[in-house]
Amino acid sequence: MALIEIRGLTKKFGSVTAVQDLNLSVDAGEFLTLLGPSGCGKTTILRMVAGLEMPDSGEIRIGGTTVFSSRQGISVSAGKRGIGLVFQSYALWPHMTVRQNVAFGLEIQKVPAEEMNRQVDDALDYMRLKGLGDRYPQQMSGGQQQRVALARMLVTRPKIFLMDEPLSNLDAKLRLEMRAEIKRLHREAGATTIYVTHDQTEALTLSTRVAIMRKGVLVQASPPREIYRRPESVFVADFIGSPTINLIPGRIVGSGDGLLFQGEALSLSAPGLRAPDGAEVTAAIRPEEIRIVEEENGGAVPGEVYAVLPAGSETIVQVRRKDTIFHVRVMGETVLDAGDRVFLSFSPDSVCYFDHHQGTLIGVAGAPDGRT
Amino acid sequence: MSPRLRRWGLKLRQPHVILGLLLLLVLIGLVLVPFLQLIHDTLVYQEADLRLNRSAEPGAWTFFHYKRVFASALSRNVFYQPLLNSLATALATSFTAMLLGGLMAWLVVRTDMPFKKTLSLFAVTPYVLPSYTLALAWLDFFKNERIGGATGFFSFLFGVSPPDWLAYGFVPIVVTLSLHYYPFTYLLVSGALSSLDSHLEESGEVLGASRIRILRKITFPLVLPALISSFILTFSRAVGTFGTPYFLGAPVRYFTLSTTIYTSIINRTPAMAYIGALVLILISMVIIYLNQKVIGEKSFVTIAGKGLRRQLTPLGPWRWPAFTFVAALISLAVFIPLLLMLWQTLMLYPNDYSLGNLTLHYWLGKSQAAVAEGESGILRNALILGAAWNSIRLSVLVALVTGLMGILIGYAVVRGRKTRLAALIEQGSFLPYLIPSIAFGAIYLALFSRPLGPLPPLYGSFLLVVLVCVAKNLPFSARSGISSMMQVAGELEEAGMMAGAGWLRRFRRIILPLTLTGSLSGFILAFISAMRELSLIILLITPKTRTLTTMTFRYVEQGYSQFADAIILLIVILVVGGESLARRIGKSEMI
Repeated sequence: MALIEIRGLTKKFGSVTAVQDLNLSVDAGEFLTLLGPSGCGKTTILRMVAGLEMPDSGEIRIGGTTVFSSRQGISVSAGKRGIGLVFQSYALWPHMTVRQNVAFGLEIQKVPAEEMNRQVDDALDYMRLKGLGDRYPQQMSGGQQQRVALARMLVTRPKIFLMDEPLSNLDAKLRLEMRAEIKRLHREAGATTIYVTHDQTEALTLSTRVAIMRKGVLVQASPPREIYRRPESVFVADFIGSPTINLIPGRIVGSGDGLLFQGEALSLSAPGLRAPDGAEVTAAIRPEEIRIVEEENGGAVPGEVYAVLPAGSETIVQVRRKDTIFHVRVMGETVLDAGDRVFLSFSPDSVCYFDHHQGTLIGVAGAPDGRT
Repeated sequence: MSPRLRRWGLKLRQPHVILGLLLLLVLIGLVLVPFLQLIHDTLVYQEADLRLNRSAEPGAWTFFHYKRVFASALSRNVFYQPLLNSLATALATSFTAMLLGGLMAWLVVRTDMPFKKTLSLFAVTPYVLPSYTLALAWLDFFKNERIGGATGFFSFLFGVSPPDWLAYGFVPIVVTLSLHYYPFTYLLVSGALSSLDSHLEESGEVLGASRIRILRKITFPLVLPALISSFILTFSRAVGTFGTPYFLGAPVRYFTLSTTIYTSIINRTPAMAYIGALVLILISMVIIYLNQKVIGEKSFVTIAGKGLRRQLTPLGPWRWPAFTFVAALISLAVFIPLLLMLWQTLMLYPNDYSLGNLTLHYWLGKSQAAVAEGESGILRNALILGAAWNSIRLSVLVALVTGLMGILIGYAVVRGRKTRLAALIEQGSFLPYLIPSIAFGAIYLALFSRPLGPLPPLYGSFLLVVLVCVAKNLPFSARSGISSMMQVAGELEEAGMMAGAGWLRRFRRIILPLTLTGSLSGFILAFISAMRELSLIILLITPKTRTLTTMTFRYVEQGYSQFADAIILLIVILVVGGESLARRIGKSEMI
């Protein structure tokens, strides 16, 4: 049975629906990330699981115990759910030293002084904060404050970690370092983690499963690779990946196994796809699935370089063909320049096809069962 | 139980909701119930009315009191004339105070007048002093033979006693109140002037307008809302003030509504006092409403982040005259009166200004049968020391209780943001602001002079004096509590919830330490206002609960100006000490 079970959870703020009928289960040991643009309700979900926000309806169970149920009138208070939470702002108490901050939870559990000191020391050591216990939070750097917040959460040994955009206030370099720290924490402590972020790289690198939210609705919850390779809707395909996926409108021609995708900018065979003849679809191709070649062979189509955006380890090349601009990811540097005439070579495999009107996934080309 | 009810049950269990409901009850008890009692008392016969009307049945409903106040042979003397006097003094005071304060603000903020820093430091001091300080100083200077005791400094200097119109009544009331209230306008207008975007004026200059024209056409209209607002607020305070019109008006039977309320209570016709109080409250409400309208419609967005480098208007040959004017004003409002009062307290026999007459008797002297009916100096006088102890006890208690109430209100309002309960508490805590002090005292007298259910009457107890001061201070403490609570991010408390801390522990360990520094200046202001309070508590004080201010009142009535002045100076020392402490802590708002 899942460790955390959420059924029919709904929360409105005034006339705005923050979370709409959410159903989600999280297994023990999972690292689930709630990912979505700001205002999509992901933080609200976290706060409802923590017990800081009262849902309007629905049910939350943790380890088989109902901690919230609107029907039964149950709401277990935040401190009694066995949950640790790291806030986006860290929420360190400015009038307490680091040591007092970390010890607070143990104090409430009435842990004897000696034992408490040992546990606080352990937590500080673990977060590499040895010797900083007597400082006040304001006297520390952002990264150190983050470690204190993590130490404060760890010290009471909760079964579940909740983290609300914990890295968003750090600079890029520290963020990378703390990302590794959090991954280590999850592996070593083995605690089930729900992590909120709007940074998709963070989500894809940290999680065992990513749940994508849109306007209060859960759109897809899958392992990162599946989210990237097999998005269930155009929204997810478009949201994940940087630069964004190339979306090309067109229609399906033919029947049986030899289907053909026909768009204004290009035509592709769609092996393994099952769709009716004449269906209007959107083909989605990742920028790294397109190659730039210098001569026309094997179905490559001509285009003109529109812009070249080098970024060190890779270069994004925008190529215009007819009225469509394709994003192409090229490893390393390129000698191309705007205005150059090039040819684009498409591999028919791993192209995702979506229903043009509904935005739902029809299938992924090249996979016998439509799966990669 | 239906799910709907269950959900309500869950919502009700949140601490800010429970606290909010409790606070609502407290507000109802402190403000609404006394107010309704006051209205009730104006509509029924009381025991005392048997003297006036033999057929009266105590407790029966009647319009008797209203007829007596509004439409009887007495009406002119007990209502219409005092009403007219109140309006006249308040109007003249607000107008004079607005002119003085506005001019001073402009000179200090926007011109190159010399010694601006020093002057601005003292500019608000008059407002910190008890409002009737100047009235007592005025009496020390202008007193004539009309009331008992020695005549003032004026007769000593010129050998003639000043005429009644100069010594008592309209003129001195307006002058002393204006000098007390001008800091109001000064603060509001200098605030508006310093936040004014100077580009607005500079663009006028670029277009070739003259300085005077810019002042008239651009600056003046932009600060007009602040001016009107200060006029209205000064009016609302002046119309309800008690000490000054009583000290300066009573000797010539020049009564205002506030002094009529007091005398009606003394004459045991409380219902008439209560009707007077209702009229005062009505006037106050109209005024506050007008103010809201003015602020709502006429406030310009003139505040810009930049524009700090301001062009000062050169006064040219007027620099020193301007300085002299402002310095003289401040001297007249603060230093000369205080020095005169100090001198008075050092004279063994009144009206003898020779050096040989100087003494510390009224401060430190032992009882002498020949002087002041044997009363000893104030620092030796058990009665006065008792009153001083009461004053300090009262001020400290009021500061602590209002401070705590403020934080609790802040908590309930900020945590319950956007709920109806929070809005109700925020508005409810503002209500005492609408009720003039003397009327507020009357309301408490109406409710607490009788037993309340199983409780004995609170009248005569120290607790009642504390309660009335706490209630009257609520608007300020609530505002300061709300703003300091806003500074404490909700997540800081939620982090405590996650750690499993219950509400009391979160409040004690997290909320209180974090809001305390923000509320400290609020504490000190409550301390000051309780220390100098007279209008609010004069009706509720009994010999047992005397404070310094009511002792002053007693000594003035008995004609012992030395004692009265000495006590005032004692209050001034305590209040100025408190104020400079508040100023050091900073962020102190004087309004």
